[in-house]
Amino acid sequence: MAHHGIDWAVLAKSPKFVELHSKKKAFLFTWWLIGSTAFFALPICAGYFPEVMKIKIVGRLNVGYFFSLFEFFFFWAIAVYYSHRSNTFFDPLTKEVLAEISKERGK
Amino acid sequence: MKRLLLAMTLVLALSTLAVAAPHGNPQPVTGLVAGGGVSTPVVRSAESSAREEKKDASTNRAITLGMFLAIIILTGVIVVKSARSTKTTSDYYTAGGGISGFQNGWAIAGDYMSASTFLGIAGMTALFGADGFMYTVGPFFSFVTILLIVAEPCRNAGKYTLGDILSLRTSSKVVRGTAALAAVVVSAFYMIGQMVGAGKLMQLLIGIPYNISVVGVGVLLVLYVTFGGMKATTWVQIIKAALLMASGTLITFLLLWKFGFSFVGFYDAVATSPAIQDHVRGLLKHAAPQPGFDYGQRFLEPGLILKNPLDQISLGLAFALGAAGLPHLLMRFFTVPNARAARKSVVIAMILIGAFMIMVTMIGFGAAIYLTPQKIIAADKGGNMAAPMIAQFLGGGPGSLAGDLFLAFVCAVAFATIIAVVSGLILAVSAAVAHDFYVNVLKDGKPDQQQQIRVARITAIGIGVVAILLGIACESQNIAHLVVLAFAMTASSNFPVILLALFWKRFNAGGIVTGLIVGGLFTIAVVLASPTMTYPKRIAADAKKVVEVLEKKQVEGMTLAEKEVHTLAKARADYEKNKDGTSFIGLDAPLFPLKNPAILTVPVGFLAAIMGTFLFGNRREEEKFAELYVRQNTGYGISDAVDH
Repeated sequence: MAHHGIDWAVLAKSPKFVELHSKKKAFLFTWWLIGSTAFFALPICAGYFPEVMKIKIVGRLNVGYFFSLFEFFFFWAIAVYYSHRSNTFFDPLTKEVLAEISKERGK
Repeated sequence: MKRLLLAMTLVLALSTLAVAAPHGNPQPVTGLVAGGGVSTPVVRSAESSAREEKKDASTNRAITLGMFLAIIILTGVIVVKSARSTKTTSDYYTAGGGISGFQNGWAIAGDYMSASTFLGIAGMTALFGADGFMYTVGPFFSFVTILLIVAEPCRNAGKYTLGDILSLRTSSKVVRGTAALAAVVVSAFYMIGQMVGAGKLMQLLIGIPYNISVVGVGVLLVLYVTFGGMKATTWVQIIKAALLMASGTLITFLLLWKFGFSFVGFYDAVATSPAIQDHVRGLLKHAAPQPGFDYGQRFLEPGLILKNPLDQISLGLAFALGAAGLPHLLMRFFTVPNARAARKSVVIAMILIGAFMIMVTMIGFGAAIYLTPQKIIAADKGGNMAAPMIAQFLGGGPGSLAGDLFLAFVCAVAFATIIAVVSGLILAVSAAVAHDFYVNVLKDGKPDQQQQIRVARITAIGIGVVAILLGIACESQNIAHLVVLAFAMTASSNFPVILLALFWKRFNAGGIVTGLIVGGLFTIAVVLASPTMTYPKRIAADAKKVVEVLEKKQVEGMTLAEKEVHTLAKARADYEKNKDGTSFIGLDAPLFPLKNPAILTVPVGFLAAIMGTFLFGNRREEEKFAELYVRQNTGYGISDAVDH
């Protein structure tokens, strides 16, 4: 590695970095789990509760159709929310950590 | 070099024309044609009422070949332009990290949506209704995992390959070698699916013989990748994605227009179509209509083809985790300058892919309304002609100029799709072999740029040749399981290892190697013992039943119709041929009950990686975690990968 002068262990323990990675990890895994739950609910409902999926909502369109459509919009929403959260919170925090690294390197 | 390339491309294109000329109408191909990025399960047509008049979606040869030629020339020009600016290994593998997030998003969409996404899912919806729509959620969900778990850390920590990321945790050459091997094996399975799909698709669409299609496509791709590297591959993928979106949007728009853009009216037409009702009755094997049963509505309800819930959950798991470990998709994240661009590219890709998935299922439903499932099955049992045929219909029908033009355009888009997907695969394999194995394992990272790039190009040629040979060898094989295998394999080997390397402090070389090898081999073993393989004794048993039924009829003194005599002869032959056969690994019946192995193999892969860590690792490697952890979270040091 080209950065021999850096004590990565110390950096990994710096308060800013700890804040960044713990908040980011919590955010990412929480939303991944929520997304996965929504995703697996579809085959589970279709497989084990087919009668529910057949209930008509609008015209010929049933729960199964709107459930599938909902998945698309829900995953889009996760993507947009994550982008927003990154741009407004994680990215600025990352910049602060990077500034700290440069300071460390300059020592 | 440049002129040579252009000349070769032209010769190739013209030779395809020459070969294609003497053949008549395209032969309908049985089974599912397009094996690809997103697999559709092997769709076997219900033998119900497909015996109507046989209507080929005959293409107008001159127009179709003209379109193909236009695509080859357009992409050829891009390759030549890219070849000029491909000088370093970074240019070759990752376009120098100079692709923008927006461009990369289109390229990811182009990389991921294969011919089977387009033709296969349209066909699946046209033949099995709502199941087609439900199926598309899986490959779309893949991107939630990619976005949240792998895209940014990989951009921050890696350079060209999966091996680069894993090597940040450990300097072990065994790790790099294993990572390269894993990438090659997975990509090879994926690629065989694509090559066989390409050959069959060309045969179906324009009637070029299978072997010549495979060789032609293979040679074209090798030329593209070798000369143009990642820059050309990226642009080919972007153009392909744009063409795909354009044709999808146009067909959907024209379809909905017919219903005044009313979804309710559109789906009402699906459910009230007598042909669809008849088709569903055939699928449900109801000999006579059951009173009060709404067969049309049944088409809009799940469960016509996706029947085993556990199998669907297992497939979902393969989609949820598998795409995030595909080497050729991971590689795309190294082409952008930073994590922010990587994130943006996934979001763009999600918008494109999601919108396309929704459109393609509407195209399928539209095809079912206007062409009827029976006619779609008559053109191709797997339903792959649904999208091209509905394009022809919306343009004005067979024989009309606009109809033929539209049909040719859709066929050409399918062709561009194959080029884009396979060139990404060839590049990923060549990076694994040349960058990971040759440069870093064999030569300690010493070779200079010129040497590295030469090795990469030679590798790409070698891989192309292997892909062509495998494509030809696997023509008559059941390739559907290869794509299932590729997704399940990455979900059970690459993904656990990437996840643990990025987030688990205790993880080490022992865990990486054990996880990759055990996860990968176990998945292959389970697939070999699963119902996806062919079991001759089962075919024999089915044939025997048919023979018994018909013979009983004869004994009872009834004369068999001509069709039945034919069926009897065929069943007898099938029985004789298969009665003593065993599956590929010598089994009479599958040992594992599901077609999709992920539900079993993913936990095993994780367990292997964790056990390996404790059994074969040493604690010294944990020190490296701090470095990878800071890097993957902040992107510190990636400027080194960009400025060169």
